[in-house]
Amino acid sequence: MAKHVIIAGGGVAGIEAAGVLADMGHTVSILEKEGNPGGHVSKWHALFPDRRPAGEVTGYLGKRIENENIRFIAGTSVEKIERHGGGLTVGISGGTTLNADAVIVATGFDLFDARRKEEYGYGIYDNVITSADLEQMFNDDRLLTSDGRVPDRIGFVHCVGSRDEKVCNEHCSKVCCVTAVKQAIEVREKLPGCEVFCFYMDMRMFGPFYEELYRESQEKYNVNYIRGKVSEASGTMKKRVALKVEDTLAGRPLKMEVDLLVLMTGMEMSKSGAKLAEASGFATGINRFLESTDNHYGSNMSKMKGVFYAGTCTAPMNITDTISHARAAAVEAVKYLSSK
Amino acid sequence: MNRFGFHINKSRLIDYDTSDRKVRQYITDREPSFRVCFACGGCTATCTAGQHASFNLRRMNTLIRRGEIAPLREEVSRCMLCGKCQLICPRGVNTRNVVALAAEAIMKYDRNEL
Amino acid sequence: MNSELFLLPFNLGLYFILIYSVTRSVIWFRDLSRSDKLRLQRGFFGRPFGESLKEIFNESLLHRRIFRENPVLGYMHMSLAFGWFLLIVFGTIEADFFGEKHLNPPAHAIFFRFFNPDHGEAGFAKIYGIWMDFLLAFILSGLFLAIVKRFIPKTVGMKKRTRHTWTDRIALISLWLIFPSRLLAESFTCGAHGTGSFLTGNLGAALASFLPAAETAPYFWWLYSLSLGTFFFLLPASRYFHIPVELLLIFMRNSGIKTGDRTSSYAEVQVHACSSCGICIGTCQMSYAAGINDIQSTYFIKGLRDGRDISDITMNCLMCGRCEEVCPVGIELGPLRLIQRRQERRPAEPLKFLDRYKLKKTVTVQEKEPTHSYSYLRKPDPVKADILFFAGCMTHLTPSVIVAMKKIMESAGVSWHFMDESGGVCCGRPLTLAGRDKEARELINHNSDIIWKSGAKILVTSCPICYKVFKESYYLDAAVMHHSEFINLLIEEGSLRPGYLHKKVVYHDPCDLGRGSGVYEEPRAVISYVADLQPAPQEESMSLCCGGSLANMHIPSEKRMMIAKDAAKILTSGAPDALITACPLCRKTFSPATETKVTDIAELVAEALPEFKKPARSTRKKVLHRVDNS
Repeated sequence: MAKHVIIAGGGVAGIEAAGVLADMGHTVSILEKEGNPGGHVSKWHALFPDRRPAGEVTGYLGKRIENENIRFIAGTSVEKIERHGGGLTVGISGGTTLNADAVIVATGFDLFDARRKEEYGYGIYDNVITSADLEQMFNDDRLLTSDGRVPDRIGFVHCVGSRDEKVCNEHCSKVCCVTAVKQAIEVREKLPGCEVFCFYMDMRMFGPFYEELYRESQEKYNVNYIRGKVSEASGTMKKRVALKVEDTLAGRPLKMEVDLLVLMTGMEMSKSGAKLAEASGFATGINRFLESTDNHYGSNMSKMKGVFYAGTCTAPMNITDTISHARAAAVEAVKYLSSK
Repeated sequence: MNRFGFHINKSRLIDYDTSDRKVRQYITDREPSFRVCFACGGCTATCTAGQHASFNLRRMNTLIRRGEIAPLREEVSRCMLCGKCQLICPRGVNTRNVVALAAEAIMKYDRNEL
Repeated sequence: MNSELFLLPFNLGLYFILIYSVTRSVIWFRDLSRSDKLRLQRGFFGRPFGESLKEIFNESLLHRRIFRENPVLGYMHMSLAFGWFLLIVFGTIEADFFGEKHLNPPAHAIFFRFFNPDHGEAGFAKIYGIWMDFLLAFILSGLFLAIVKRFIPKTVGMKKRTRHTWTDRIALISLWLIFPSRLLAESFTCGAHGTGSFLTGNLGAALASFLPAAETAPYFWWLYSLSLGTFFFLLPASRYFHIPVELLLIFMRNSGIKTGDRTSSYAEVQVHACSSCGICIGTCQMSYAAGINDIQSTYFIKGLRDGRDISDITMNCLMCGRCEEVCPVGIELGPLRLIQRRQERRPAEPLKFLDRYKLKKTVTVQEKEPTHSYSYLRKPDPVKADILFFAGCMTHLTPSVIVAMKKIMESAGVSWHFMDESGGVCCGRPLTLAGRDKEARELINHNSDIIWKSGAKILVTSCPICYKVFKESYYLDAAVMHHSEFINLLIEEGSLRPGYLHKKVVYHDPCDLGRGSGVYEEPRAVISYVADLQPAPQEESMSLCCGGSLANMHIPSEKRMMIAKDAAKILTSGAPDALITACPLCRKTFSPATETKVTDIAELVAEALPEFKKPARSTRKKVLHRVDNS
């Protein structure tokens, strides 16, 4: 018998889970707080490891929603989930409540606000931007400094807002390292005369073809890698950015000026997701992401019957793993619905 | 002497089996956060003394952990205790206390008090 | 005759403590520096004498300062101290007035009932008897609170009580026995003779109804004498030595004697005047916000007194100054800790019990061995400027403050030189806080040289830590100003014209700027020009520490965050739009600890400035005129 499933969040995880459920004949309502589906991926330019256009994935997701069983409701956020009788009531923005037989939480992540790491000067100096800002520049095909110059040298700072107890984020955001490598390659392709430096603490190339991409960036694109945590950046008279870092492998402090400094901002639990978790009593880990019932074989499961978790609301993930995770959540939901 | 593949000059070698890690133990006993340093180099990058002289806190900590204190005797005295390193450290190491203890420990080590 | 044997413990104890206290005080006096001796002498024969007597009455007897902090605790201390004082005074008058002869030995006053069991049946004697009983009841009410406090500290509003050594415990028990045993001794005697007033008479009658009162009474007279004697004997070795020493301290302090930088007689007196009341523990944020309970001032002082190794405690303190503000005895807790940081003061071996009675303890005072040296510093090329800006190490990690200062300086048309723009040398205060004054002097000399050679008239700094050391340890021609003071000056003379931001804000007094340097007005004046300043809980001299202090070498970063979160929560309890600080270290420490926006005072003012317009030339002279005339 067809059941009604509500999915909180219309990004990669939410849409994929909806697609699986709809294919199996269930009615799905996706509630997305922004105006459009797709989440963060709809803002990206190209995706690692193969640098395929992000539009292809967004297109895939768009087709997934074109299913008569799926209702996409934009501009609405989910605020509270409660068990009521044998089902679930979902409180949404605007004050109304909806009923559901099962709920999948797919609220995703927020990017770390780079202003919190004030030593890097985001929002204070010109020409300090984030990786998200850079993706937008790629989309606009406009890779210039704030005063319209073509940059001669671009620096990437890894681990901004991750692995840093000073901003209360001790976790690693997993995907920023490979993003930096990808963006470094893209810069080198667009501006062959521009030098690129990546300042890293570790190179976390965890996924398939990531290490190969790293090698390619050095071999084919001549990206420079310097192991050292950038401690501060400051704006110069000529609107360049001066940075202080230790070249740990050479064992000496290094000073450098760049035209553009790109901060690889990490992933945090989304604000709306955190509010939902608090209101509904969902456990969160010390990294503030949702805590599932088991790290190994229960990563989609919550303690509330009928509620399942999908995607980056549980931990930083790349798109491939998010889609797999969402499919698994949908399967768990189907199992639960057929047992009711 | 059989050194498993290392036919290199003895002074270049960190001989972990024979190096004396008493200074490291002295520091770690009194400042447990010393253990979580992952040698990112942020401290050295921001260091005030490092602007004026050779003072590399990351290298100093790494060498202490390997039991190599010979190169550090003079260098460790250069810290101004300003605290910038501590504010930068992403792991929350109490770097000022580590430097202060290192200076104390090396002095005691030289007097055979450790 | 035999019955008077029981007076022996009391008499021995009393004469012992009187002679001991006087001798010790004389030795302390003798060890004062020449100028301090003169001060004290003047203090005895001048105005300070009256002030000291007033303070002794208000604090040592009435404990008004404790009353203000915590009324129940204040009542407890007052009833014991003031009550016992009145009991002695009126008891002495009683003995002289009603006794066999005048000018009796003290025992005749203290054990009056024993010598005059039939006294107090009619007339004035009866009324006097009611008064004496009332005083005893007054003391006993406080004693009851004291006993309850020892077991359930929360009932008197204390979060923690001071831990005791064994001598303290025995002294405490003997103190607690004194008044109940007096009550019972007097009651039994009254019961046996059918006399006594509302307390002793009624209790005595009740006891006599089922016990042989006349035979029981002597035991309690013995107990009374023994508990008094024990208490007096143990006084110098326990925390209760503060009773006589506090009197000496009050005279010394009111004569203008200060603690200074080095071990001294005055420091010794202060160390022995601590009553272990525990108020410093309750005020200490490390205690209530971070659960660190073994390093507070009272433990530090106890460690010094008992000759223990306190190297762990000495450096584990934020030096925020809050405990010093509330200390009812007025001990200079901050300077004492700094002295220990500079010169490790240790006895030759750990003190044994009898060593505590030594009139002059043998201690070694060991200067900290220098472990740092800065001969590598090179003098930079001199730059001439009228106004210097020194950001300091911490401000370099909060670049928005520097950007704001630049905007303010430009808008006001100030011609200035950014002294440490490309780095610079630390001001030296972190070294002095670690007790390394000689080493700090090298940094101070380096920076002073630059400042002298520049010919600057004003030195502005955005960091209160630097501000304090510039004021206290640098000898400069230039006027030293905190950036809030400087901005206030610019606004008052019209060079800077910020607009008004409709924001509700709260101001946090940094420890080194507020309590440390007494600058409370100017930051508030500046903020009030540009925003709606709300009062905050815990302001000015009782402001909260952010927890980031460089003075503490040991505290782990998680504990600092607990202190910061707790303080931020209290400060933002009125839901302001922003929390304004005047210190880059506070700003950096508070930012991750609260959702509320944390802004420096310079940033706030810069935000309120209209877009930069080149000002008229005439404004540039104004700032210097002001300084020359002040």
